[in-house]
Amino acid sequence: MINKFLGFEPDKSKLPSATAKIGADLDLSSHKYQKIWLGPNHPGVTGNMAIELTVEGNTVVNAKTHVGYLHRGFEKLIERRLYVQGFPTSIRMCVAEPDTNEYLIATCTEQLSGYDKAVPEMAKWLRMLSLEMARLQGLLRGVPGQGGTFALGLGVQWGVYLRDLILDRFEELTGARVYHMYIIPGGVRGLLPDGFKERMEDNLMDIDDFIIRIRKLMFHNSVFKTRAKGLARITPEMVDKYGIVGTNARGCGVKRDVRKDEPYLHYDKLDFDPPTDSDGDIYARTWVRWQELIQTVDLIRQIMAKMPAKGDIKAQMPNVLHWQIPKGETYVRLESGRGEYGMYYVTDGTDKPRRVNLRGPSYTHAIALLEDLLVGADVADVHAIMVSLQTCPPEIER
Amino acid sequence: MNEILDKIKQKYSAEDVKVQRTGLAFVTVNKDVALDAVTWLRDYEGYSHFVMMSCVDWIEDGKFQLLYLLHNPVTKTDVGVKTLINRDNPAMTSGHHLWKQVWTYQRELKEAFGIDFPGSPRVDENFVVEGWVDIPHMRRDFNTKEYSEETYFPRPGRETHDPATYMREQLYPNQPVTAKRKDNDK
Repeated sequence: MINKFLGFEPDKSKLPSATAKIGADLDLSSHKYQKIWLGPNHPGVTGNMAIELTVEGNTVVNAKTHVGYLHRGFEKLIERRLYVQGFPTSIRMCVAEPDTNEYLIATCTEQLSGYDKAVPEMAKWLRMLSLEMARLQGLLRGVPGQGGTFALGLGVQWGVYLRDLILDRFEELTGARVYHMYIIPGGVRGLLPDGFKERMEDNLMDIDDFIIRIRKLMFHNSVFKTRAKGLARITPEMVDKYGIVGTNARGCGVKRDVRKDEPYLHYDKLDFDPPTDSDGDIYARTWVRWQELIQTVDLIRQIMAKMPAKGDIKAQMPNVLHWQIPKGETYVRLESGRGEYGMYYVTDGTDKPRRVNLRGPSYTHAIALLEDLLVGADVADVHAIMVSLQTCPPEIER
Repeated sequence: MNEILDKIKQKYSAEDVKVQRTGLAFVTVNKDVALDAVTWLRDYEGYSHFVMMSCVDWIEDGKFQLLYLLHNPVTKTDVGVKTLINRDNPAMTSGHHLWKQVWTYQRELKEAFGIDFPGSPRVDENFVVEGWVDIPHMRRDFNTKEYSEETYFPRPGRETHDPATYMREQLYPNQPVTAKRKDNDK
């Protein structure tokens, strides 16, 4: 086809390759390239992070992720506080699913102090319920959020409403909506309130309806299909090379899920199979997350049906103000909505931890992987690629 | 798992081998062979997933402890390869060629602990603290409280309580403080 502005169709094969000029070769004074900053405050950016883009026309030729806008030194703060004082700090390391931090820090301290076998059965079921509710509220934002990056804003509004209903359940279970502090060393803080299961079931029925509607809205939509198919493809060979985990790995057929591979709590008693796809593009990742939404609803129903009606919720623990843990180290992981989420915890025999180091999936997804996936992409697709990797800056900066 | 640990002991003279729990072990090797051990685990023993890299400041021993945590997706086991380096002018061979995300960890460790990884891409770029001039902020001798008091003007209405004393005052206001309690509070 003849270009209507130029009057002829240039032979693009003879033009210099944009992607070949990454790095020191990029000469901004040539006026061929331009710098664009996406973020730190931008509606398309997940959280507060910035991407420094070097573009040639509409094509990204280099990308650098910049973090630090949320850094409050959480790990350092925890090292300077008693074990129990670390809890309210740790949950702020991931806003999307704070409960994961509660579980990790509680399990690390229990393992190193020898109380991991003392956690009551009922508490394990309630921990699992809390973690799955956290996954559900994250997916209710995440799945339609991907549609939002392609201008399908309606699903986001439905998702935010339904997420709010799950936050209502969190509020009656824990007393708080976002940062719950429900999972504590030795168990959990409380039993299910009367009528909780019925109210939760009502919400899950609403979400069942939402799941069908979101399928029609996003996956039957030609705009979403056209733009998401084939974009930012991850191949199985990239998974170990970049440390890719969670739905980003399962979207290209690498079936890894900590809940299945190394079952913790009572996940071995639940009937589920992590969904996968083979294409590895944005469409495949979103499709896997949509199926995971169905599965999470099912898991919550299974947990509520299988958990005992009553039982102890907390083991007898030492006085938290004088709690000293012997010298040791451990690493605990779980499957968060974004993939493997872990914590390296070192104690030195005092009443404070020596080192707490979080391993969030975004550490590699948002930096090494995102920077490479963006090269060659269109500027209009940058935020879609970023959202598709479920990047979460707080867990990078900690 | 034990077979792998025996091999590491033989090949790399590993010390302080500890199985923390089923499927998780830590070994300490010499700085000169640490990356060799990591590469061997990746290429020959299936530890293909690089979980994380971390550092612990053992200031009382004058050492930094570097950790390379690897995961085998087939056997579902983890091995943490640890090595100790001097706190004075700390430097370590770069492992950025092994996995794509390693340079990010090395860049963070350079900023947070001052450990150099010569040849690692962008290792001197700021990671989370821009324009930092104090000692590296994750070292044990960096006093966060002193820094915040010097840097930020104290705001009225903010009080700090010692947790043990405060809880005792709240829960047992009329109970006399015994010598044992005083010791415990320290």
